Formats: sequence, structure tokens, C-alpha cells
Amino acid sequence: MKTIPVSTKVNGDTVEFLCAPEETLLDALRNRLGLTGAKEGCGSGDCGACSVLVDGRLVCACLVLAAEAEGAEIDTVEGMAAGERLHPLQRHFIDSAALQCGVCTPGILVAAKALLDHNPDPSDEEVRYWLAGNLCRCTGYDKIVRAVQSAAAEMRGA
Amino acid sequence: MTRQDKIIREFKQVGTRPPRPDGIDKVTGRAMYGADVTAPGMLWGKVLRSPHAHARILSIDTAAAEALEGVKAVVTGADFTLPEDEFSRDVAVNCMAQDAALYDGHAVAAVAAVSEAVAKAALKLIRVEYEVLPHVIDVDAAMAPGAPVVQPGRAYENVPEGLSENVTSHCEFGHGDLAAGFDKADVIVERSFRTAATHQGYIEPHACLAAMGGDGRADLWCCTQGQFHVREVCAAIMGMESSQLRVTASEIGGGFGGKTTVFVEPVALALSRKAGRPVKIVMKRDEVFRATGPTVHSSIDVRIGMTKDGRITAAEAHLRYSGGAFPCGTVDMGAQAAFAAYDLDAVRTFGWNAMTNRPKEAAYRAPGAPQAIYAVESVVDELCQKLGLDPLEVRILNAARKGTKSAYGPTFDEIGLLATLEAAKAHPHYTAPLGPNQGRGLSCGFWFNFGGNTCVTMNLAFDGTVTITEGNPDIGGSRASISLMAAEELGIPYDKVRTIVADTASIGHNDITDGSRVTFAVGLATIEAARDAIARMCARVAKIWGIEPDAVEWKDGAVHPAGPNAGKFPPMSLAEIAETSPNTGGPIAGHHEVNADGAGVSFGVHLVDVEVDPETGATKVLRYTVFQDAGKAVHPDYVEGQMQGGAVQGIGWALNEEYIYGEDGRLQNPGFLDYRVPVASDLPEIETVILEIPNPGHPYGVRGVGETPIVPPLAAIANAVSRAAGVRLTELPMSPPRILKALSAQG
Amino acid sequence: MQYERPQSTAEAARLLHGATGPARILAGGTDLIVQMNAGMAEPALVVDIKRIAGLRDIVAEDGGFRIGAAVACAEMGEHAGLVAAWPGIVEGANLIGSTQVQGRATMAGNLCNGSPAADAVPGLVAAGATARIVGPEGERDCPVAAIPAGPGKTTLKPGEFVASFFLPARPARASDAYLRFIPRTEMDIAVASAAVNLVLAGDGSVAEARVALGAVAPTVRLVDPAGAALVGTRLEEDALEALAGACREACAPIDDKRGTIEFRTRVAGVLARRAALIAYTRAGGRT
Repeated sequence: MKTIPVSTKVNGDTVEFLCAPEETLLDALRNRLGLTGAKEGCGSGDCGACSVLVDGRLVCACLVLAAEAEGAEIDTVEGMAAGERLHPLQRHFIDSAALQCGVCTPGILVAAKALLDHNPDPSDEEVRYWLAGNLCRCTGYDKIVRAVQSAAAEMRGA
Repeated sequence: MTRQDKIIREFKQVGTRPPRPDGIDKVTGRAMYGADVTAPGMLWGKVLRSPHAHARILSIDTAAAEALEGVKAVVTGADFTLPEDEFSRDVAVNCMAQDAALYDGHAVAAVAAVSEAVAKAALKLIRVEYEVLPHVIDVDAAMAPGAPVVQPGRAYENVPEGLSENVTSHCEFGHGDLAAGFDKADVIVERSFRTAATHQGYIEPHACLAAMGGDGRADLWCCTQGQFHVREVCAAIMGMESSQLRVTASEIGGGFGGKTTVFVEPVALALSRKAGRPVKIVMKRDEVFRATGPTVHSSIDVRIGMTKDGRITAAEAHLRYSGGAFPCGTVDMGAQAAFAAYDLDAVRTFGWNAMTNRPKEAAYRAPGAPQAIYAVESVVDELCQKLGLDPLEVRILNAARKGTKSAYGPTFDEIGLLATLEAAKAHPHYTAPLGPNQGRGLSCGFWFNFGGNTCVTMNLAFDGTVTITEGNPDIGGSRASISLMAAEELGIPYDKVRTIVADTASIGHNDITDGSRVTFAVGLATIEAARDAIARMCARVAKIWGIEPDAVEWKDGAVHPAGPNAGKFPPMSLAEIAETSPNTGGPIAGHHEVNADGAGVSFGVHLVDVEVDPETGATKVLRYTVFQDAGKAVHPDYVEGQMQGGAVQGIGWALNEEYIYGEDGRLQNPGFLDYRVPVASDLPEIETVILEIPNPGHPYGVRGVGETPIVPPLAAIANAVSRAAGVRLTELPMSPPRILKALSAQG
Repeated sequence: MQYERPQSTAEAARLLHGATGPARILAGGTDLIVQMNAGMAEPALVVDIKRIAGLRDIVAEDGGFRIGAAVACAEMGEHAGLVAAWPGIVEGANLIGSTQVQGRATMAGNLCNGSPAADAVPGLVAAGATARIVGPEGERDCPVAAIPAGPGKTTLKPGEFVASFFLPARPARASDAYLRFIPRTEMDIAVASAAVNLVLAGDGSVAEARVALGAVAPTVRLVDPAGAALVGTRLEEDALEALAGACREACAPIDDKRGTIEFRTRVAGVLARRAALIAYTRAGGRT
């Protein structure tokens, strides 16, 4: 089996790894780079638990080949906090009890951040439709939407 | 039931909303779930599964797989010793087929290899010779004589004439004279219902890492709701003693009952034993749907008689459940729960379980109750419609209360049903105006809640901080609630307390995190452990002061002299006592072991407004309110979370979730694309109203809350749809094609 | 498996032509990688077209738009000119999957995957869009409507792939709309769908109408009688009823886990009516 060398930027750091041609970005993040924040919930792009940003675009890492990461910039949940300082979304999720088991949380945080980066003042409906690809089975989404809105308000300086 | 001597009603910390201890790990991606660990020398395991719903396994040729470079072990049913006891034996056979594949997806072999890719390739080289047998997928078909028999020799010993060998159990509950009761009724409604099997739908697939040493000892890391249960069952299957197997529960990505048993864990252990290396198995999503534990599917008949002023005079239900290819006791719980919300003179429930060629059922939040209560609450609602009565008033009129002899036997102590009904009646949702094509429905819900075997140890560090060691995986925020109860009892700040979930070697047996038992039972044990620690601290200080132990008391986190005659001593805080403990006898700990009883039942009422598009049958949920009795909400955020999460699962069950089988007996929708759980845009806000009618069996009045919320949505939505669209659906899910068909039939 | 990332369409065609086993194009991967993960596709060669110059661009051409095959659906939604001219096509593309899927999925992939329920296709057919196809014999243009051949099949010849789409210039008072029926609010495969493309005359009546239905036949159906029923009208009730009737007539769906024949047929008519009204309003019409 021929491995492909990939040089890419993950959370701002240049990293290199070898991957199989058919390996997904999700597998590479988890198994080659030890970044287990993104989770495999379905392997078919239906649950969003593996959400990451590739060149600023919100995608499911299970539907990107690891080889495609060459020259790209990848952002995962592990890059959201600045050292000890949590991102407002992370803080509001904890404060608003917007997680129970927490397995969908990394994907939802990355997706929510992508939303607020391009729409800092979304309506509840916009938040729900944006996050429709992130399944949560524990919370019923209620506290998640509230946490996104309260983080958004803080980030707007409101 | 053990009643507490005194129930505390005034709290300083219980009832507040501090941050949960695992919050930061979970929002940063640091928390370690089942699939997140690796070990040196680790192999990847993969499972080969039957493509047939029912087949005899004639032979399995693993030679080519074993010869593939990189493959280190291959196992089949032949590598498993079957335990003596029926329960463990069924689990073992479910984990790895013996002489027959009993459902589409049943494991027949497994490999461990140096990479996932090699493991996948190895599976393709395994040659299984099947003799395909006739299959049966539907419970009513399975009960009929002449149905293909799923497992010979498992039939209920008293199967009556006219029922097949697939029937594995029968139960009956109730009291009173049904015939007389129906005679008194002014209207009788009789309806039949069907519910499809559903799945817990946890986002995290099952995953484990097993490391068996050459000395017969093993370590197992897995996502589970009960590491002690995993230990018992795996040890039995592997022919090991419990103490030789240490099971550590990872953080868990959802369970809801579906992770209260094992599927890949014994397989990983067997592979690890053979290979002499750690083996990691992570299920894929389609494996989760095909080969873990969905709910039963059901066929139910309900008959209820009511007087014209709304009094139920007689109630009867026949429940036919199938828990898949193995005997299953869930119908007992459904039969008991069905009429639990009602104070009835004449009530009977009859339950049957029959095997079908489907995966083995596992619990899903209040197992058996949603189906039964959907049927009952639908009929009660239909009676209200026929008689022109207010559905909430009718529930209030007939509600079970303290002193009611329940339909399943026990007499109720203090319960919260009336309080939840009155709260619903008083809530603005109940009288809010509705527009065209909109309707409002309601349903009661109920769950027994359980106590069980529990151990808690509380250790005081020399710096005055406290660690609570308990043995129940945290599936809903329980570590926060346990820390709150400890902080309350000890009178120290919440942030001085840390609760950890220990492995099976570090603490005594704890029953599974299920039955909504943790806040109740682990909470109770924590409070008792704190009282134990307090008693020891009091004894230490009394000794320091040279007075009798009963001359001191614990107050506000410190030992005080108990009254002016005890002497003048400045109070000694927990921190000071802990700091001086090396000088007074050594480290201080409190502990408590109990088989807790006294869990209080939890009643709930849900109100829902829906809009049904008459041209497409699409149902939109407009407004949803959950009323539930929590006894005492230790951490209100997490009680609300249970109410909201359970309600949404119930909404999915009512509207779109179902296991779809083809003629060939194969599951057609083993993925999140076509197994349709609710997404964020499907739902409105879920409003919650917590009632607190203290449970006499818990020092703080706590009742379990996790399961009841999934029960009411099914009928609440069916009733709302009935009022919105004028059609009553008696089959779940109420998907748009079914609603549109009903609307067309109505004309 | 071999992974290649050519820089030109010619190089891509060469790679496909020289493949010794099954070869697949990779743009967004939201069908291909799903199939690979499920073990349903094991290509020997994957040709990633995202580095080919021009394939990720939307450019104005002859008054219309040329959309590269590797343009993601989300990128289409961010192009103001495209949204203004073809809101129906853009909304179809942006209903595929989820936000994450739309960040990767392409109309070309959606079309070539061959699902009868593909969300991007009815709008393209109603628009009269053409696809530029590159293959071993060079380039050819082909109406999008001629590409689907049945579930999972296209009329593309071995070694061919779609490089871009062309949407023609829009007259004034023209617009389109796409609606689909799904059981949830997002995330599902369409059970039935309808795209309506209208051009209005100066007096606000319909001058041209094209109606395409999805998920109700092995391929997307352009329903001529449905369009004809709208021409010359202002979408009065009897025109809409004739539209719906013509749509129901044109359906040839299947029963499957997503819908029944009866349901799909009825709902196709309902969706066509509703989409027609939306397109009409967008085009400036007043009922």
C-alpha cells in the first residue's frame, strides 16, 4: 500500500503525516495526529460529530480524504480555546448546560463558530437550520440554541 | 419501602446551577470516549455479520483470513464458552452466533489485525456456509401457529393452544371486576395499535479496547452505562473470575439504556486473548443499528369504558411485544406501566413476548412504557373527544394519588401526578389560541424508577478538599449533582468537592446507570457517606477537645460544641480536621454501601401544539411544554435537560423514527439518513416546569427523572394530530404518508 | 487506490482514460466518500478535480453563468448574481444534506450520482441548463436533462466527466423556485420535488413555463403539459389545478422506505403548485 505524505496546517500549526489514499481526514486527525475531538458518529455525513473547518469552510471530516488536506488549513475544536482561555461559545455551553454526554459538542461548537463568524446575529431559526446537520440525542437542542445565542450576544458586545 | 426519618426541604447549594466538572474537557475535545484511547501494540478488531435474517451456520472457514499478513487472531462462536445461566448465555450468543444466525447483522466471526484496512480485507476472506431458513419479523405473525421458530426450546411453558413456540413469556396484572366495570360505562372505546421498533440513537457507536495478559488478567476500556455489569457478564463469557477483569468506563457518548449490555466487549477480549495483544473494536453506524439493542416493536389492544362525566370504570390492555431473537421481559414493564396514572376499580393488563428474527432488545428509557402508554392515552383522549370532555379535567378526575392501589399492585405513597396535571391546567400553554390546521394534545407519563446496589466512598484530602469515588457512569450530569449533595451535606463549597467514576477494581459493586437510579441511589449513598464522614470527624474533634462524641455537632461545615454545657471551643472546620488528621488517627473517609430502595415514581404531563399540513400530512411541532415531578431538583439544569432530551426522543418516535424491514428480513435503514431522529430545525423550544413533591424514600426527596419524559410524547402528539387534522393514527410513527393516507380515507 | 490531483481537464481525461480499474471523480466527495466508507465503492483511481483551473469558478458568460463542476453548493449561495438570477437552482443546491455537506457538495456530483431524488437536478432541467463534458474525444455540450439515465446511471461515456454548467441569460421578469418534500425539516432525501422556471410577459401573465419533477420517476421529468397549463395565465386556481393534474399524470414513482407511490404522486402536484406561486412572485407576478 502506497502512503501519501501530507503537509498541512492544523489549528495554525504546520504538521506532516503519512496517510493511505483512501483514508479520511477524520481518520488522519484521530489516528495520525491524536486529535480525537472530532468524532465518528456515522461515517456518512449525517450526524456532524466530525465537523471541522477546511480553508474556513464547515465540512464533515469523514467526507474529506486525508490527502486533500495538502496545503490546506484545518481548524478543529482543539484550536478553539487560546491556551487556558475558552472561546465564548465553549464558556456559554458550559454555563448554559448545553451539553449532556458531550459527544456531539465538538462538532456543534465548530459549526456554531462557523455560523457566528459569518452571521454574528442569527435568529433562532437560522441557528437551528445551520445546525440541522449536527445531531444531538441528549439535549433536544433547546439549551444548545440558547447557548449559541448568549455567546453571540457576548461576542457582539451586546 | 424504606422511608427516610427526615426529609430536608431547605437547601443552600442543592437546587443551584454550578458548572459541571467534566465541562471543560468536553468543550475542548479532551474528554476520552470509548474510541479515543489507544495502547501500544494495539490491533484493530472487526466483526463479520450475517446477511441473512435467519440461517443455520453450516461451516465457517477462517483459514484464508488467518493466513493474511497482518492478521493476528480470528474468532468464531467456537472460541466462546457458553455460561450456564440463561441470561449470560443469551448475551454470549448475541455477541457471537453459535449454530444459527438469528437476525440480519448477527455476529458470526471476528478478526484482529494490525490495521483497520487489513482487518476489513480479512473479513472478506472468511467463508461462511449458510443454510437460509424462513424468517419472521412481525410479532403477530411470530405468535401465530406455523410461524418459523426463531429459537427452538425457548417457548413459555404454558403457551396456550393456538400460539406458536416463539412465545416466551406471559404476564398479567390488575385487579377488580372488568365485566362489571364495563357495564357501568356509558361509552366504551376499543382500539388496536402498532408501534415500530426504534433505537436509542446515541451519537457514539459502541467502542472498546481489551487487553488480555498472558496471566489471564484483563483490562477493558469501554463506553458503558455499567462497568460492573460488563465485568460480570464478560467474566462469565470468558470463563474468568470477576476480580481478574478490570473494567474502566470511558466518558460515554449517550446510552439511554442501549449501553447497559455488551456487544463487542467479549469479542475484543476473546481476540485479545488469542492474539496476546490489546484489541480495539469500534462499531460502525450500520452495525449499531443492525446489531445492538433497539426497542421492542409492539401490537397492542386497549379497551376502556368511561361514564359520560368522565370517570373510567374499566380498563383493559393486551400487549404483544417482541424483543427480537431472544426472550425478553420488557412486556412486563409495559403491562405494569400502562394504567399507572389512573385510580381504577377494574383494570387488567395481559402481556406476551414473542421472538422474531430481529436484534436482541436493549432498554431505551422507560422500556416498555412508551408503547403501552401511547395506546392507553390515545384511547382516553378518544373517549374525551366522543364525550366532549376536557382531556385535562378527565385526567385529574381519574388521577392516581397517595393511597391509590396502582394498576400494577403497590399502593402509591406521595406522588406528583395531580400536581403536574394542575400545573398544566394553570399554564398559559393550555389556553393559548390555536390557528387553522392546529391542534393541542396531552398525555400523562410514568416510570417506576429504581434504586439498587450502590457504593460510595468519600475521602478527605489533607487540604480539606473532598473526593467522592462512585461507580456509576455519568450520562446526564450526575457528577455535578452528586458533588452538590455532598457539598450540601458537608456544608462546604461545591468547588471543594470532586466526584469521580471509578473502575471495577477501585470500589464495590454498583448496579448499572439505568432505571433513573443515579441521582436517587448514588445521591442517597453519598449523603450517607457524608454523614459517616461527619460522624468520624465529630469523634476526632471530641477526642481533641476531650469531650464525649455526643457533645459535639456538625454545622456549616464545622464541628461545634453541642450547646453551652459542652464547653467553649472554637469550631473546627472540615479543612482543619483534615489537616490534623494524621495526628488524630490518620486519613478520614466516609463510605456507604446499600441496596437502595425507596426510589419514588416520577409522573409527568406533556402538552404539545402541532400543525398538520392537510395537503402533505407533514406535522410541525409548534409548542411543547413538559411538566414533571422531580421530588427535588438537585441541579435544575440537568433535570431540565432530561425533560427536554427525553421529550425530543419521544417526538422522533412519534413522528419519524422506525426500523424498516424488507421482505427478506433485512433492515433497510441502518443509518442516520433514513433512521430519522429529530434535527434542530424540526423543533421549537421545549419549555420545562419542574414540580417538587418530595420522595419519602430519599433524604432530600429526590426522584429519578431521566426516563419518564420519553413516555408522554407519543400519545401527546397523536392526540394533537387528531385534534389538528381530525384523524387518529394508531400506528407509529405518524409519518406524513400515513397521515395523508388517513386524511384521504376520511375524505 | 490511487489518488490524483490533475491541474487541467486534459490531464484529468488522460488519467481517466488510462485507468486500469474503476475510476471516480472527486469534487465534494459527499457521495463518493460515503460510498467508499460503506464499502459500496472501491475505486482503483480517484481523480480530484478541485485544482483544475476554472472548475471552482462562477463566471458571467454570454449574459448567463458558467459554473465550474467543483463549485460547492455553499459557494453558489454566496454569489449574489447567481442567487438573483436563479434562486430556485441555488435553493435546490443548498438543500442537499446539511450545512457541512453543502460546504463540499457540487451540482455536478449530485447530477452524476444519478439519484432520481437529486436536489440540484430539477432546477437545472427547468432552466434548460447545459453541461460541458470533457472526455477522451474532447469536449461536448449536452443538455442536463439528457444526462440522467436511471437510478445510479448517466449517459456519460467511459472516461467522460462534467467540467461545468451553463445557465443561459435571463430575460426580465424571470425567476424560478424549487421545493421538495421531506419528512423532517432538513437532512432527508427528497420524497418528491418540483422545480418551476417562469418568464412573465409585460402584462404579468406567464409567457414561458418549464416544470421539472424529481423523485417521482427513474429520472427527473420535464413535464411539458404542466408548463403549458401555466402559459398565458396569472396562476389562477384552475391553472394551478391543471398544473397539479399534469404533474400527477407524469409521475411514475416507486414505493420505498421514503414514500409510497400514492404519496409521491399527490405531493408532486402540491409542490408544483406551491413552487409555481413562489417563482411567479419572485418574477414580479401578482396573483
